[in-house]
Amino acid sequence: MEVLKIATAGSVDDGKSTLIGRILYDTKSLTSDKLEAIERTSKQKGYDYLDFSLATDGLVAEREQGITIDVAHIYFSTAKKSYIIADTPGHVEYTRNMVTGASTSQAAIILIDARKGVIEQTNRHFFINNLLRIKEVVVAINKMDLVDFSEERYNEIKADFEKLMEKRDYADQKITFVPVSALKGDNVVNKSENTPWYKGETLLEHLEGLDLAAVSNVGTPRFPVQYVIRPKTEEHHDFRGFAGKVYGGELSVGDEVVALPSQTRSKIKDIYVYDKKYKTASRRSSVTITLEDEINLSRGDMLVKANDLPTIEKQFTATISWMDSKPLAAGNKYVVQHGVNKVLAKVDQVHHKIAPDYSGIDTQAKALGMNDIAEVSFRLNKPIFYDKFKNHRTNGSFILIDTQSNNTVGAGFIS
Amino acid sequence: MEVKELEVPTEIGENTAHINALENEAIYILREVAAQFEKPVLLFSGGKDSITLVRLAQKAFWPAKIPFPLMHIDTGHNFPETIEFRDRLVKEMGLELIVRNVQDSIDQGKVKEESGRYSSRNSLQTTTLLDAIEEFKFDACIGGARRDEEKARAKERIFSVRDDFGQWDERNQRPELFDMLNGQIELGQNVRVFPISNWTELDVWSYIKYEGIEIPSIYFAHKRKTFLRDGMIWSAEDGIVFRDEDEVVEERMVRFRTVGDMSCTAAVLSDAISIDKVVAEIRDSSISERGARIDDKRSEAAMEKRKQQGYF
Repeated sequence: MEVLKIATAGSVDDGKSTLIGRILYDTKSLTSDKLEAIERTSKQKGYDYLDFSLATDGLVAEREQGITIDVAHIYFSTAKKSYIIADTPGHVEYTRNMVTGASTSQAAIILIDARKGVIEQTNRHFFINNLLRIKEVVVAINKMDLVDFSEERYNEIKADFEKLMEKRDYADQKITFVPVSALKGDNVVNKSENTPWYKGETLLEHLEGLDLAAVSNVGTPRFPVQYVIRPKTEEHHDFRGFAGKVYGGELSVGDEVVALPSQTRSKIKDIYVYDKKYKTASRRSSVTITLEDEINLSRGDMLVKANDLPTIEKQFTATISWMDSKPLAAGNKYVVQHGVNKVLAKVDQVHHKIAPDYSGIDTQAKALGMNDIAEVSFRLNKPIFYDKFKNHRTNGSFILIDTQSNNTVGAGFIS
Repeated sequence: MEVKELEVPTEIGENTAHINALENEAIYILREVAAQFEKPVLLFSGGKDSITLVRLAQKAFWPAKIPFPLMHIDTGHNFPETIEFRDRLVKEMGLELIVRNVQDSIDQGKVKEESGRYSSRNSLQTTTLLDAIEEFKFDACIGGARRDEEKARAKERIFSVRDDFGQWDERNQRPELFDMLNGQIELGQNVRVFPISNWTELDVWSYIKYEGIEIPSIYFAHKRKTFLRDGMIWSAEDGIVFRDEDEVVEERMVRFRTVGDMSCTAAVLSDAISIDKVVAEIRDSSISERGARIDDKRSEAAMEKRKQQGYF
């Protein structure tokens, strides 16, 4: 069984939380005590239906205001897959949380209110899913019950969204449209009798059919050294293992590798997971590697295959999603955390700000405010070993850390 | 030594890739803790989640030893089976265990024992925990909390920064992107780390089965003197829970799904005497794990409030 991570996106009141609640309810993933709590609270609030958002809005402030403020992680499984849904906020001011939720997901659900159709926020949601190169996007046209399950209305919205698709720069992305009513349960898990004109799969059927290997962006093997294991015990006196997670492709015993930044060559001697040896370490496995030669490697260094080097540079340009109230401006210094590697960085230039609703770019912008997205170039105090984000989701992304507050203030995608 | 391909199917069958992915993620997180912090500690209660953490840590650093101690915040209301198990595990694995007692915090007048029918020492743990963090200058506390447990937990980051009062500011959490964990903090702050955030209760049980991990006997069905209150089954054996005279003691076949403080942990009727049966029972259960924790039922926001005060 595989794990599929999904991020939701939708404006306030489009019904994201209700949709998730509906999926949980119809797949019988809500335990009876949680269901009772929802029934009890819905009644207290005087609703004549079950308010499924109570299952996902976990904070007092969220329930008070009826909005999602921060990402909630929801888990459920079917016979075919395990699912993790990152329920992300829809408010404009929480764009950073939307980026956060989407960063670990392979698929996304964009909700559209059938009465409102494609709105500015829809552009933004689609833009972020493009920026993050999410391969599978499901456009759930919700509240179909409020437009009398009109095929015409559905096609209208679909056509509007298809116009939006012409603006994207990520052509491999797959878009699927489903007409749903999250509140009433149409086409979410079960096929609806109210939409005889819709011949496609229900939302869940579509997710069930996704091939995980195909929806993941793989890239070539990169092995950042996370931790050096030197037991110095009698039994393992000379053991020097490099612990880390394999990103992209796979690494095998005997592979000729180059250690970065020293560019020393060696061969993989053994691959361990705990006390067992393996011939091959596949993508995303946490392993410990030993090398045939004694070379000096420490945290932040990287092992790559000898015939496949990343870019080794002290500067780069990236798309930045800014997440802090203190603006980013040329000359500012930040810590760049690229994987497990940390270097000091100075903002060289803010090239242009990008309107995430596809309305254009602003070449006059000099600084970034909260939730802004822009092309920015940086100079570093030491070289890092990177790939372009479009070729490698892990080795092409980084976070920016404020040197005073220690907060994560931005996310970057190397261009 | 055995040589094989990684991610080969095993006896756990359909679950392998899923469990493997969760294990890989947890090991990565534990290594980040060891690399990014000066003085981490693993919060150990003797329950299934913290026992799982110990196994994951053992795997993450092999053949070296686990590079941090364990700490148990002992409410004094533990099931005796759990304490016996805790001490044996620590001894067998050669681990360092720190114990700090809620009773000491009560004796020092720092916290006041609750009174009445639903009194529990569970929330009193917070003070003892924060004092211990200060005493040892721990900068990272690894805990076995999972996001599926409770809806406030579902909002928690993997690296959750707490201020120097141990408080969680739920509205101002650090964004957590991709696999990158930012552990940079100021002196006095600490980070609560949750390596098994993305595991469900069933995942933990499947892993325990898969790895053949030993767990305290109260997790398996056994005959126990119990009484009913508010539709839940309470242990009458240990004299911790105050019982009214009209609450009749009966022997029932039960097990515990969580082993929190005895004063707030109810039993469930069960005949699951083996790990296979426990896994099957959890898979078919229509009640959530926290459904048997009375402290979560105090209000809609019980967990969130405790976390704001520094509860792990």
